[in-house]
Amino acid sequence: MKKIHAIASAVTLTAVMSTNAFAGATLDSVKKKGFVQCGVSTGLPGFSSADEKGNWFGLDVDVCRAVAAAVFGDADKVKYTPLTAKERFTALQSGEIDMLSRNTTWTLTRDSSLGLNFAGVNYYDGQGFMVNKNLGVKSALELDGASFCIQAGTTTELNLADYFRANNMKYTPVTFDSSDETVKAFDSGRCDALTSDQSQLYALRIKLGNPDGAIVLPEVISKEPLGPVTAQGDDEWYKIVRWSLFAMINAEELGVSSGNVDKMMSSDDPNVRRLLGLEGIKGSGLGLADDWAVNIIKQVGNYGEAFERNVGQGSPLKIARGQNALWNKGGLQYAPPIR
Amino acid sequence: MADEHRKVPELAKPALWRRPAVRSLFFQILLVAGIGFFGYTIFQNTLHNMEQRGISTGFGFLDNEAGFGILMTLIPFDETYTYGRTFLVGLLNTLLVASLGIFFATIIGFIMGVARLSRNWIISRLATIYIEVFRNIPLLLQIMFWYFAVLRPLPGPRQSLILNDTFYLSNRGLYMPSPVFGEGFWMVMVGLAVAIVASILVIRWARKRQEATGEQFHSIYASIGLVIGLPMLIFLLAGSPLSWDFPVLQRFNMAGGMVIIPELAALLVALSIYTGAFIAEAVRSGILAVSHGQTEAAHALGLRPASTLRLVIIPQALRVIIPQLTSQYLNLTKNSSLATAIGYPDLVAVFAGTTLNQTGQAVEVIAMTMAVYLAISLTISLFMNWYNKRIQLVER
Repeated sequence: MKKIHAIASAVTLTAVMSTNAFAGATLDSVKKKGFVQCGVSTGLPGFSSADEKGNWFGLDVDVCRAVAAAVFGDADKVKYTPLTAKERFTALQSGEIDMLSRNTTWTLTRDSSLGLNFAGVNYYDGQGFMVNKNLGVKSALELDGASFCIQAGTTTELNLADYFRANNMKYTPVTFDSSDETVKAFDSGRCDALTSDQSQLYALRIKLGNPDGAIVLPEVISKEPLGPVTAQGDDEWYKIVRWSLFAMINAEELGVSSGNVDKMMSSDDPNVRRLLGLEGIKGSGLGLADDWAVNIIKQVGNYGEAFERNVGQGSPLKIARGQNALWNKGGLQYAPPIR
Repeated sequence: MADEHRKVPELAKPALWRRPAVRSLFFQILLVAGIGFFGYTIFQNTLHNMEQRGISTGFGFLDNEAGFGILMTLIPFDETYTYGRTFLVGLLNTLLVASLGIFFATIIGFIMGVARLSRNWIISRLATIYIEVFRNIPLLLQIMFWYFAVLRPLPGPRQSLILNDTFYLSNRGLYMPSPVFGEGFWMVMVGLAVAIVASILVIRWARKRQEATGEQFHSIYASIGLVIGLPMLIFLLAGSPLSWDFPVLQRFNMAGGMVIIPELAALLVALSIYTGAFIAEAVRSGILAVSHGQTEAAHALGLRPASTLRLVIIPQALRVIIPQLTSQYLNLTKNSSLATAIGYPDLVAVFAGTTLNQTGQAVEVIAMTMAVYLAISLTISLFMNWYNKRIQLVER
C-alpha cells in the first residue's frame, strides 16, 4: 500500500508541476474566470480606496477597469485585492493577482530581478515631506535629528536614507506595514514628519485629525514614476495592460472622451479612427475585440478625465496636472501612437 | 540428535522477501525515498519556475548594501551595512523581546498562579479576573491596545514628563542616562565575578553544613552582601570609573542616553501579561497536582506556610509545570513576530518584511526566517527538557 501511495503521489506531483508553461496563459485564465484580479493599495484616497459599499475608486483603479473594459467590454469585471507595500510583489509573482495597479515605483531592481514588467507610468510622482505646522520647519534641510513615519518596504525608505546621508543629517525611521498605521502614528505624534510620495502626502493629509495643522514641504527628493505592473513571461498580457493605459492617454491627446466617443465614431481623423478600431490594425495584434479602446473610453474615460475625477480639481485632493500633463502641454505623459 | 536439531530452523526460515523485518525495512526505505523525491521535486520546480519568471535566486543579496535605516538596533547599523546585517539586527531584536518577555511572563505567571490559590478572597479573585481577562483576548488586540494606550496619551518630547532631571517620558519613549565606562571599570567587573563565585561556594557550604549539623546559615544575606559590597568597594578604590551620558532635548527629539522605545514597551507588556496568564494556569495546575497531604505533613513538621510552599510544594509542582511552561515559552517567542503590527523592528518586520521587499528574494528570506524560529524553538525545548529531567531526578 505504501509503495502505491508513494508512486501515485509522485506521479501526480510531477504531472501537476510540469504544467506551468504560462506564456499567454493570463488572458486565457482571465477570460475563463470572467474577471481581472487586480492588486491595489489598502486605501489611498484618489488612487485606490473603497467606499462604504465596497466599490473601489481612484486613478490606479481606473487602470484595472480599463483592462477589464478592453478584455471583456465591461469595466466592472474586476475583483480587487488590497495589498500592503510588503505584500504586493509576492502576490504578483505567485499569480494571486493578474496585475498590480498600486502606486508602485518603476526601478531597475524591480524591473530586472523580481520577475516583473512595468507596463507604463500612470502618475509621475516624487517623494516629499509633511510636518506639523507648529514645528516651524520651512525646509527638509532643517529636519536633522527628526524621526519619520514611513511605510515599510518602499522606495521611500531608501530615498530618505540617501537624502539624509547626502546632506550629512541624522534621522530615526519608524516603519509601519500600511499607510493607515503610518498616518495614525504621525497623527499621534510618534514622529515629527511623514515622508512619502507627494501625491500620497496630500491624500493622507485628508485622513489627519486636523488636516490644516500639517504642511507639505517644498522639497521633492526623488523621481517616482508610478505605474501598473504585470508578471514577467507573459508578453501578450503585458501588452494588453500597457496599451490599455496608452489608449487612455492617446484618447486625451486626440480629444476623445467618454462624453463624445459616440460622436467621434464618425470622425474623419485617421488617428481617431485607428484608436476607435475603425481602421488599421484594430484589436487583432493584442488578441482583443476591435472596439477595445472604445470600451475603455466609454466606460472609464480618457486619462485627463480620470485624473481630474480622482486626484484633480474634481476631487478633494485638487492636485494640479503639473508634470502629469500631456507632452504637448508641458507635461511628461506621452503614449506611443496607435497605428 | 544433532541432525534433527539442524533441520528445524531451516524449515522455519522463510524466503528473504517474506521476512517481516526485511519487508518493513524495504517499505520504510521506499517511503523515505518517496518523501525525498517529493521534496526534491518541489525544490527543483521552485527553482525552475523562478528562473522562468526572471526572479533572481541565491543568497548573494546578503552582501549587498541595505540602504534603509532601522529604528532600534543592538549592534551598530546604518544604511551602509548589508542585508546580512539587517538579518542580525532583526534576530537580536527578536531575541531581546523574547528573552525579556519570558523573564517577566514567568514572574507574573508564578505570582498570579499562586495568588489564584490564595486563601485571601480578594487576592484570589483579582488573580482570577486577571487570568480570565487576558487569556481570552487575542494577543494582537492587546498589542494594539498597549501601543495606542501607551503612546497616545503621552506628551510630545518637548513636554516630556521629567523625573529627577534624569528620566524623560514622552511618546518617543523612556529616555534615561546611559553609563559610560571609564578606565579601570574592568576591575569592578572582575570583582563582581569573584563575588558571584564566592557566594555560590558559600551557599554550597551552608547547605552541606545544614545537612551535617542541622544549623542554618543565612547564606542569602551573605551572598547579597558579597555581590553588592565587593564590586562597590573596588569601584570606590578605583576612583569611581563611571560617568553617565544624560539625554538632552534637541530640536526634535531627545538625544544621547538610552531609550526604551514605545514599540518595545508595548510589545513586551502585551507578551508578558498575555503569556503570564497562561503560565499562571500552569502553575495553578501544578500546585493542585501536589497532594494536600504533603502540605499537612510539612505543617506537622513545623514548617511555616511560606517555607512549605517554597520547599515542599513548588519543587513537586515543577514536574507538572515545566512541560507546560516550555510550550508557553515557545508560544511567546513565536508570538513576538506580531511586532510587525506596531513597527517594532523584529526579525519578521526587518528581514521578512523590508529586506524581502527591497530584494524580492521571497523564498530565501522566508526560508532563513523559518529556520531561525525553528532553531530558537528547538533550543528552548532542548534546554527545558534538560531542566525537566534534572528536576525529576533530584526529586526522586
